[in-house]
Amino acid sequence: MSKGIMYIDDMRVPFDGEKNVLSVIRKAGIDIPTFCYYSELSVYGACRMCVVENEWGSIEASCSMIPKDGMKIRTNTAKLQKHRKMILELLLSSHCRDCTTCEKNGKCKLQELALRLGINRVRFQDTRETIELDTSSPAIVRNNNKCILCGDCVRVCDEIQGMGILDFVHRGSNLQVMPAFNRKLSETKCINCGQCAAVCPTGAITIKQDIDRVWDAIFDPTKHVVVQIAPAVRVAIGEEFGLKAGDNVIGKLVTALKRIGFDEVFDTTLGADLTVMEEANEFLERFEKSENLPLFTSCCPAWVRYVEMNKPELLPHISSCKSPMEMFAAVLKEHYKSIQDTLKKEAIVVAIMPCTAKKYEAAREEFLRDNVPDVDYVITTQELSTMIKQSGLIFRELENNATDMPFGMGSGAGVIFGATGGVAEAVIRRCYSKKTSATLKDLEFCGVRGMSALKEATVLINNHEIKIAVVHGLHNAQLLLEEIESGNVQYDLVEVMACPGGCIGGAGQPFGLANKKVKRADGLYSADRLSQVKSSEENPMVLSLYDGLLKDKAHSLLHVNYTDR
Amino acid sequence: MEITHDFTKVDEILTSYGMQQAYLIAIMQDIQTEYHYLPKEILEYISEKLELSIAKVYSVATFYENFSLEPKGKYILRICDGTACHVRKSIPILERLRKELNLSAHKTTTDDMLFTLETVSCLGACGLAPVMTLNDTVHPAMTPDKAMELLTSIRENDSVDSLETASSSNDMKETGGKNNE
Repeated sequence: MSKGIMYIDDMRVPFDGEKNVLSVIRKAGIDIPTFCYYSELSVYGACRMCVVENEWGSIEASCSMIPKDGMKIRTNTAKLQKHRKMILELLLSSHCRDCTTCEKNGKCKLQELALRLGINRVRFQDTRETIELDTSSPAIVRNNNKCILCGDCVRVCDEIQGMGILDFVHRGSNLQVMPAFNRKLSETKCINCGQCAAVCPTGAITIKQDIDRVWDAIFDPTKHVVVQIAPAVRVAIGEEFGLKAGDNVIGKLVTALKRIGFDEVFDTTLGADLTVMEEANEFLERFEKSENLPLFTSCCPAWVRYVEMNKPELLPHISSCKSPMEMFAAVLKEHYKSIQDTLKKEAIVVAIMPCTAKKYEAAREEFLRDNVPDVDYVITTQELSTMIKQSGLIFRELENNATDMPFGMGSGAGVIFGATGGVAEAVIRRCYSKKTSATLKDLEFCGVRGMSALKEATVLINNHEIKIAVVHGLHNAQLLLEEIESGNVQYDLVEVMACPGGCIGGAGQPFGLANKKVKRADGLYSADRLSQVKSSEENPMVLSLYDGLLKDKAHSLLHVNYTDR
Repeated sequence: MEITHDFTKVDEILTSYGMQQAYLIAIMQDIQTEYHYLPKEILEYISEKLELSIAKVYSVATFYENFSLEPKGKYILRICDGTACHVRKSIPILERLRKELNLSAHKTTTDDMLFTLETVSCLGACGLAPVMTLNDTVHPAMTPDKAMELLTSIRENDSVDSLETASSSNDMKETGGKNNE
């Protein structure tokens, strides 16, 4: 770790362990532009927007410069301005510029920097042939006409998710980002996690939009449209409306959804509670028989798809529990079937998710009954924020409202599902026979919380030591699998979430780096602290479901078998 | 094109490089020497064996002009179109051969898989311009007529060859060499 003093635009700026000059510049309060730099990814140096001028007048990219004591650089000179503008003009010249109809309109970094740098004219014609869009995936749309070749998607897919679906193909003026053999995304092993879309600075990779279909359902008088909100949504959507990351806005969300026109508003947290009940039973059963251990969680559809396609031998270890979204949707559809005579409308279940892979999960054949999916439409946190804006609601000023009965109550254990470690903690909470506040506090500090890549904990249940591992980011999961397979480590319960940070870091959320994810997780944990019901089996809704609707049907409605693909 | 490949040869190549990712380019060169192009199935196979993503392997394969993902003909004709060869009229040779073989800039291999016709930027034999290669043999100071003669002789020899050694393996280098004698 190097330490020293740098001079940035004649300001003395101390540095201490910063990896590159770019971070030191940003620390000095200068917002140096970049397209291809993310602190969480490797440095690539493709976009050249972060160029600085050294004391001898030569120009270098600050992302790939190591800070040195006494170094003098300038971030804003005539030469730099000219360079940056030229680079941007060239990028724009080979870019489809239909901004007003672009998915990323208003959120596009290219648009933002063109405005900031004052690009008012592009002198060069776009002579490239139009490249066909890839709309084959249920979650992700690729439009290479808008790609600026920053490589962010390539690196996130490879380095963070360990998938390597996308890469640069050909070279020079023919360079493009695409899957091998120019395959459609649906023909690859893509897990639909959407992290490529989350980091894409332009509209080259976006999330498939289902807003119009949801509006159609809402405005259709023959349909009874109900909606469930995933835990992670409530602590992130506020960011779209100028609120802080981690602010729990579930009350405002309910109001917004009602005003938008949803007939009933529910909380996926109840689905999470059902998952806890089923998964805890499954775990204890397997643990007693020491059968198919470790048990891997199955809430994350991207993880499930990864296992199906790459590690089919692990399928017996995957929990047979459906995800909270699917459990809840199965219950909802069953409920509306039972009251069909009085309702006289077709029930439509919409799910608001932080996740893009949920769009894929909802369409899986396992979750179709009579050819109708249990979840009719999945929209992401960002799509919901668009719907709220389309409705003209002023989100910040909305009053709070409670979710609807009879499915309107979730426990604290269900809420924390949205953060990495939450599912494991909730399941262990259920397994604890004595739930004093002291034991719950112990659990809180046992090591499953936080943003470390791999978290391990050992808890004592009925005098048995239970070893738990929690990973997030699929690359981390792959590393853990290698360790498990080689026999170096042994666990009883393993929670895997494909996205870094868990669902709060899902690609459907407003874009945020690690610091935002920590705040979102804090938001969920404080919701847990404030909730009256801490444990899933204490949730009266759960109890009444098991006594009523789920009687004799729990297994068929709440479990699923995934198969080798 | 969908041939099921026998991977023993590929395994040999992979083993000779100790299954190391770092040798991806060398491995692909050897595969191309063996098969005259990089078959899709083999790229998938080496991606699995080397634990590299298929997108990465494809990325490297498409980066280099010298790698081909399309099957090539038994006889690969390359017309040098470097500056020296170009000014000494390499293009008329190319055009004549294209016309004769019914090929174009986009279609470079004949349907019977006998000929592939391509250009190269410079063979480094400018003193012999215009130059053309047939597999690994260099033919100096070419003209469209000489190229046609060469083509005719390949065709004749090839039909004799295939009659004589109908079942033997077609080692391209040797066949190519024979034709030049």
